[in-house]
Amino acid sequence: MPDPTPSPAGGEIAAQLRGRPRRFEAAIRWALFLAAALSIFTTIGIVYELGRESLNFFTRQLWEDTNKQLAAPIGPDDTVLPVTRSGAALHPQDMIRVEDEVMQVLAVDEAALTVARAQQGTAAAAHAAGLDIYRGSRVRLVEFFTGTQWAPQIGKFGILPLLNATLIVTAIAMTVALPLGLGIAIYLSEYASERARRLLKPTLEILAGVPTVVYGYFALTLVTPLLRAIFGKDVVEVYNMASAGIVIGVLVIPLVSSMSEDALSAVPQSLRHAAYALGATKLETALQVVVPAAFSGIAAAFIVAISRAIGETMIVALAAGAGPNFTFNPFEAAETITGHIVRISSGDLSYDSIDYNSIFALGLVLFFMTLTLNIISQRVVRKFRQVYD
Amino acid sequence: MNGNGTRMQDEVLFQPNLPRRHRLGRWGLILFQMSTLVGIVVLTALVLNVLNRTFGYVAITYQVPPDALSINGIPVERLHPLDLAYLLRQHLTPEVLERLEREGPLEQRDRRELLDLLTTKVMRPKVLETWTLAQSVFCRQAIQSRVTRLYPEARLVFRSWLTPEFLTRPQSSRPEFAGVRTAVLGSLWVVAITIAFAFPIGVGTAIYLEEYAKGKDTWINRLIQTNINNLAGVPSIIYGILGLAIFVRALAPLTSGAVFGLVPEGTTANGRTILSAGLTLGLLILPIIIINAQEAIRAVPNSLRLASYGLGATQWQTIWHHVLPSAMPGILTGTILAMSRAIGETAPLIVVGASTFITVDPSGPFSKFTTLPIQIYQWTARPQDVFRHLAAAAIIVLLAMLLALNATAILLRNRYAKRRG
Repeated sequence: MPDPTPSPAGGEIAAQLRGRPRRFEAAIRWALFLAAALSIFTTIGIVYELGRESLNFFTRQLWEDTNKQLAAPIGPDDTVLPVTRSGAALHPQDMIRVEDEVMQVLAVDEAALTVARAQQGTAAAAHAAGLDIYRGSRVRLVEFFTGTQWAPQIGKFGILPLLNATLIVTAIAMTVALPLGLGIAIYLSEYASERARRLLKPTLEILAGVPTVVYGYFALTLVTPLLRAIFGKDVVEVYNMASAGIVIGVLVIPLVSSMSEDALSAVPQSLRHAAYALGATKLETALQVVVPAAFSGIAAAFIVAISRAIGETMIVALAAGAGPNFTFNPFEAAETITGHIVRISSGDLSYDSIDYNSIFALGLVLFFMTLTLNIISQRVVRKFRQVYD
Repeated sequence: MNGNGTRMQDEVLFQPNLPRRHRLGRWGLILFQMSTLVGIVVLTALVLNVLNRTFGYVAITYQVPPDALSINGIPVERLHPLDLAYLLRQHLTPEVLERLEREGPLEQRDRRELLDLLTTKVMRPKVLETWTLAQSVFCRQAIQSRVTRLYPEARLVFRSWLTPEFLTRPQSSRPEFAGVRTAVLGSLWVVAITIAFAFPIGVGTAIYLEEYAKGKDTWINRLIQTNINNLAGVPSIIYGILGLAIFVRALAPLTSGAVFGLVPEGTTANGRTILSAGLTLGLLILPIIIINAQEAIRAVPNSLRLASYGLGATQWQTIWHHVLPSAMPGILTGTILAMSRAIGETAPLIVVGASTFITVDPSGPFSKFTTLPIQIYQWTARPQDVFRHLAAAAIIVLLAMLLALNATAILLRNRYAKRRG
């Protein structure tokens, strides 16, 4: 701040320049800092909400019908319950429920159960004969990650069908996107003339800007009939993972090509000239000198593309199918993690249902997968980057 | 070379193999060119596919055919509004007429509205079968013989599914009367709130990171920057889940309008409103706006700032009067690109709770809503062929909106670039 040598007029100026602007400046600075901090709150919000509801999901008590009933009426103090022989086998430590009362099984006999009454805060009461007995279960973490059936109605919460479909769709997308994206990038950085570049770059930008719903429509109305015409109507189902995978691959091509092209352009010309001077052809230079030099950027591009494909929703929701299906055949219908989340939310969700909680558990898995991939891609760039100065 | 004695052996050992290497090089070039062709081919196929379903033959039956409504040989489309009103009075029941009159006297409505009323309430077309443009052009004979065989009382009309009525009609369960008005209005409302929320915060964050945090490499500044880069890569459906938990559920009193007393007595406050949708999408595009704005502010030459400081301006005065105006074209371009991303987003809004069937236009931030991409999704997901045509017409509307937005961005960019010299 200019502070001129003291003189009557200079003192006034100095006095005017102090005071209000500085407090205003500090206020502005704080306001902008809060705006910046909002982004941190977003991440905290994501992790907190996903974590909290997932915790609900994993600690929630599910009651399944054991097909056993009370064989005789019991009073509030009876600790031995006569039960029918039919139905599922019960074990000690199981929690069971009759009407509103929760009990814990202590010992199992042929036709009777020894129980501890009034568990989990419920009150002991008399129960009539013939009432159904429900067994309590929780979604166990192990079952969540290794179960091969996802059917909330019957209490099955294995994520493997959804995860498997996600991975297959992503794999198909990558076989489309990686070669084509890298090919386009090599063409743009090594071969293309100015005119070709001016035609190609806007095309890629347009491809990247088309909404995913439109791609989903494209997959359902053009790619699937095409696949059915090529491979036969009895091989390819109307909803199948292959067409969704192919279209996701096309969606991701601009991402791969732009990131790879940035990496390839960053390789200094001196390397290429050195290769030419040694007598290499253009192809040999591109494949054996430039691409390895740009490896870190290209690898980062691949990883970001995989992360994008995993998180893609609308294309799989429209073209891949509407029910979990654990299969390795890409021509069958299956539901991915994202497709399942969307299908469950488009119905009417009550906030305390197991379906509502399951969305968050699935979202947490998805979040960690994509976050891990993004972090790996940043690390790869840092670790393998060749510095040319 | 080693010297005359070993020269011959060197030449034998060194095989330049040039013809093969050149041939491989040519094949490589062809391969790369093919890759670039794939992108162009797919884009063309996509556009053609959508156009293919927007026009075509339709087999329609009418309850009252349009010919029966012509007066003195003049077809119904060219009749005067007073004559149209007369036809309505002739064919509608008194109860329906009374209900219509309550909204406004028939004779004072405009022609398009009266024609629409005649179509939906008197003529009542019903679509029996549809064909794509390609089929209509190449298989005309086959289609005509099929129609005369299967639907003797139907007529074959070549129509476009994208009509002005399509744009002005609200959602309907009958495909013949369906339109995208509610969806388009919903989209516009949601995007307006998204930008109102994300633009100030995004630009503010970018200003903070580029101007105030530049000298201080503290852990919190680095954390903010890394965090923003990571948030840009989070799938959009996660933002939808976040919005569901926070805006729809936890902040339900705010987003449903209960706090402002807008929820009528007796109904449950529902947080699935345009406000929740706008805030969710705002969080989604915030990282994009921040990163673009950062680049735009970074591009402002430092000499500008230093000159301003040299004249005695404070930091904020420099930013507001010099840095921001200079960076504004880049910031605006980035914002418009983020807007076009927000318009096309579907998954987060479905999770946040767009209505599956809504015929009332949105009236404010606290209304229930549906958006154009969601409408396209719902129509595409239905098995009947008719809805695929409607979806194609809606896709064209969506692509037109996006084209207009992006063209504005490019124009802005060029205009400011010219001004800068």
